[in-house]
Amino acid sequence: MAVRPEPLARPAPVFGRPLSLRGVLEREGVFSWLMLAPGVLFLLAFVAYPFFYGIFLSLQDRPVARAGVFVGLANFVTLAHDAVFWQVTRNMFFYASVTTVLKLGGGLAMALVMNQHFRGKNLARASLLLPFIVPTALSTIAWMWILDPTFSVINWLLVHGGVITSGFSWLGNATLAMVSIIIVNTWRGMPFYGITLLAGLQTISPDLYEAAAIDGATTRQRFRYVTLPIIKPVLIIVTMFSVIFTFSDFQLIYALTHGGPANATQVYATYAFDLGMTGGQLGMGAAVALSMLPALALLIVVLTLYLRRE
Amino acid sequence: MVGGRGLGARMLRLYLPLSLFLILMLFPFYWMLITSIKPNRELYNARIMPLVVYQPTLKHYIDLLTQTNFLTWTYNTFLVAIVSTVVSLVLGTMIAYPLARMNFPGAAVVAIGVAATYLVPQPLLFIPMADIINKLDLGNTLQAVMLTYPTLLIPFCAWLLMGYFKSVPRELEEAARIDGASRFKAMTRIVLPLCTPGLLSAGIFAFTLAQNEFLYALIFLAKSDVRTVPVGAITELIRGDVFYWGQLMAAALLGSIPVALIYSFFVEYYVAGLTAGSVKS
Repeated sequence: MAVRPEPLARPAPVFGRPLSLRGVLEREGVFSWLMLAPGVLFLLAFVAYPFFYGIFLSLQDRPVARAGVFVGLANFVTLAHDAVFWQVTRNMFFYASVTTVLKLGGGLAMALVMNQHFRGKNLARASLLLPFIVPTALSTIAWMWILDPTFSVINWLLVHGGVITSGFSWLGNATLAMVSIIIVNTWRGMPFYGITLLAGLQTISPDLYEAAAIDGATTRQRFRYVTLPIIKPVLIIVTMFSVIFTFSDFQLIYALTHGGPANATQVYATYAFDLGMTGGQLGMGAAVALSMLPALALLIVVLTLYLRRE
Repeated sequence: MVGGRGLGARMLRLYLPLSLFLILMLFPFYWMLITSIKPNRELYNARIMPLVVYQPTLKHYIDLLTQTNFLTWTYNTFLVAIVSTVVSLVLGTMIAYPLARMNFPGAAVVAIGVAATYLVPQPLLFIPMADIINKLDLGNTLQAVMLTYPTLLIPFCAWLLMGYFKSVPRELEEAARIDGASRFKAMTRIVLPLCTPGLLSAGIFAFTLAQNEFLYALIFLAKSDVRTVPVGAITELIRGDVFYWGQLMAAALLGSIPVALIYSFFVEYYVAGLTAGSVKS
């Protein structure tokens, strides 16, 4: 970016007196705030206000159809003694970290494979991104049938391939249900990593690889000392985004397991839904949702600062 | 590009992993398709080979279109997605433009605020939002989701568009203003037309996000005739423990096709939107 000399004077009002309506509207500050006002007011009313209202609700005993009673931190104290809540917390961190590692590894592999020259590359890229495009609830319906206890095609393949003698109950067993939601989340999210990292890889000049090759670097060394340092910023941003969105995962789990069996796949969003919407305890639900805030806030602050610096 | 030597190496580092990725990513869609055209006697027979269809039928599609509200859901989904995309593009542009091109007091606070609202996850907001929608008496109306979807889309649109707006040289705008154009005219006549790719990216992205939204639609839309496709399929085609798998798959496929089709026309813009936040070109 070239440094632009500051204009010596503000552009003079083209016609009219200095204090005409038009003159005022043409001022940078006035124009800016007039443009911003509708959007900012909207976000204040429907993001900022609900956010603080959520905090207010979490401090209340608030059944859905009645007025709330202020109870201080009682909801959080109840949660701290709630075995399900701690299971939800463990599930959440396990689910988020395992899927992140799988998506990152798989996505990086996908990007490296795609970063070669071959015919039909654009078609391949468009197809690989499909899991990310298609509404999650709808693709999850396909997965429900793929993981069906009786008619699972995975079971059919495993049994007929001689790997196992009788099929797994994918969604009925606590461990396998967790494995299932991890598989589906990875399937859905990996293309996001793959295609974004591919875009990162494509910014690397081929000259760098040539220079490294002339210096005698092996493939592994080229990856370690050329590729990785250049795509590191992309890697960090994509991962943080993905972690934030995995933390707020709802529809995949709601559709596939409803948090079951016996809360084995329950996460913050589904548990908050169960308590707040199904159970009608808005206060408890809001408290569960807020419990994800400390970890998320840390991520969000780091990411916001990082993005601002860019 | 540094590549291997010979067909063997190319097989190993390109075609083999690529086909593996393609099969893994596309298999569920193949499964949707063939399940939706299988007659029930093939669908619920565990002994026959499930990977192909022996006697394809359109019965599930006919049932879906005649016995359920699927067409209404599709209409609702589109209406809501289009309205919220347009609203988000307009308000997003109005936020992004001053932030990208003007100096004014409070700009930094607004910029941070917009970034933060983009990252505040929906599960944090849906319970208070449900109460607010109730108080506004908007339950079971499409307005409820038209009002709430832009909260997810505006910050994204604004943020994506800022990058595009910054890239237009200031001299163009100044020339227009010297010729007598107001700031507003300079924006609509000079800068916005030059940023058409950015507006398309943001629009396509917002549209697919709106089609994908599930949580607000699930909470706010409890009546069949106001539901969207994802919520309608999950809540009404699964009745208790009875699954209508053929119909479910037909609904999943028909619900996915419009998004996939629109996406396929604008792949480049979509990818540009996807990578805008993280990759600087």
